Amino acid sequence: MTTLTYPFREADVRALRAGETVSVNGTIWTGRDRFHKHFADGGRLPVDFRDGALYHCGPVVVQDGGAWKVVAGGPTTSVRENAYEPDFIATTGVRLIIGKGGMDDKTLEACRKHGAVYLQAVGGAAAVTAHAIERVANVYFLDEFGAAEACWEFEVRDFRCVVAMDSHGVSLFARVAAESRRRLDELVPRRK
Amino acid sequence: MERKRKPAGRLVDRIVRLIQETSSSLPDDAEQAIRKALRRETKGSSARMVLETILRNVELARTDGTPVCQDTGTLTFFVSESLRRRVTPAVLGEAVARASANGWLRRNTIDSVTGRSIDTNVCPGAPVIHYVEAKGEGTISLLMKGGGSENMSRQFSLPDASIDAGRDLEGVRRAVLTAVQQAQGYGCAPGILGVCVGGDRASGYEEAKWQLLRNLADVNPDPALARLERRILREANTLGIGPMGLGGKTTLLAVKIGARPRVPASFFVTVAYLCWAARRRSIAL
Repeated sequence: MTTLTYPFREADVRALRAGETVSVNGTIWTGRDRFHKHFADGGRLPVDFRDGALYHCGPVVVQDGGAWKVVAGGPTTSVRENAYEPDFIATTGVRLIIGKGGMDDKTLEACRKHGAVYLQAVGGAAAVTAHAIERVANVYFLDEFGAAEACWEFEVRDFRCVVAMDSHGVSLFARVAAESRRRLDELVPRRK
Repeated sequence: MERKRKPAGRLVDRIVRLIQETSSSLPDDAEQAIRKALRRETKGSSARMVLETILRNVELARTDGTPVCQDTGTLTFFVSESLRRRVTPAVLGEAVARASANGWLRRNTIDSVTGRSIDTNVCPGAPVIHYVEAKGEGTISLLMKGGGSENMSRQFSLPDASIDAGRDLEGVRRAVLTAVQQAQGYGCAPGILGVCVGGDRASGYEEAKWQLLRNLADVNPDPALARLERRILREANTLGIGPMGLGGKTTLLAVKIGARPRVPASFFVTVAYLCWAARRRSIAL
């Protein structure tokens, strides 16, 4: 298992291959639907994402004596950001996109071109992820977007993910989709 | 002198507890099904890593009393008709609002017109409440179903030439397997399917979701549906989609099929996809 620590260097990211497990450490930022739309509309980004990680996540957070605490923080479905991500990767130089379910060919191509990867976190594994998030360092857009859509800055330790789309044009999702399609055609052949 | 709490207050307390337990603890049968799946997957595979993470997550959530999944989902209550006058929408709403204030439920309800968050998770239409007849006397059942899985639910109108599905159980099989293949891992596989054969479009989804409340180990009392459930489960698990769609032997944990009468003109097949975080629980009053 490869350990990655922020800032994520392009060479380290390019060395990753689809299918391997990684442990992510250090700073990551969340961003989902409102965040991406804000970016696409030309809105200002609160932090420099270069060599950083963007996590598709809408956490459950509570305020514990002034400090934020993550109660649940698993990934949300990434496909909804397909329209925005290639441009986000190209513009910001982000290295890791973390989410669930994978993204489309254009995002895969952006990963190849700009040296980024897509990591699959385990969907729904909110408690495991909450334990991996050691600290909430900051939050942006809380008032505008609400807690589930805000851009949270997390410090994580040993946040385990699977490299699902690498920077060499390989997507586990595309492979599984093609193989399952072939198998479905065997199971339900067209009659007539 | 200590003031006695009103009976409605105690009822709200029990429903708040039901919500917290449903959110933080998977039913035993669902956890067992995941453990069984883990044993089938190859050592060192991403399928195994995902299932191990899932099981660790289930244990942590139960120990900490925190949500199994951050998407605390659409709350759907199935309440016995006989309890209609006690377990009112106001009582259920009060319980949901309290569970939300305690952080057991995410602020997860959006006004569809304005886009604003309804922080209490309570408004007309939320939570969803079905009063059901003759299905378990005097029980309140809660299903918490995340949006990622809900997006993968589908309804087919048979005949459907695109999948060569006619108006019979073979057509149902074709529709359901197609839905599973198209869902890939997006609904947080391994999933559980609730299926309704027939009904109208609305009752089809209601019945399909009702099926999701069944114990995963039970056997359908209708032998034809029991056979179909077993066959679809076996076949779906040869699709190779695997946990979270990364490949593997476990694509589904269970298939549960019910039926509703239909009109001659319609033959709907409704597939409700539930993620592995199958949060369901019942209490008897």
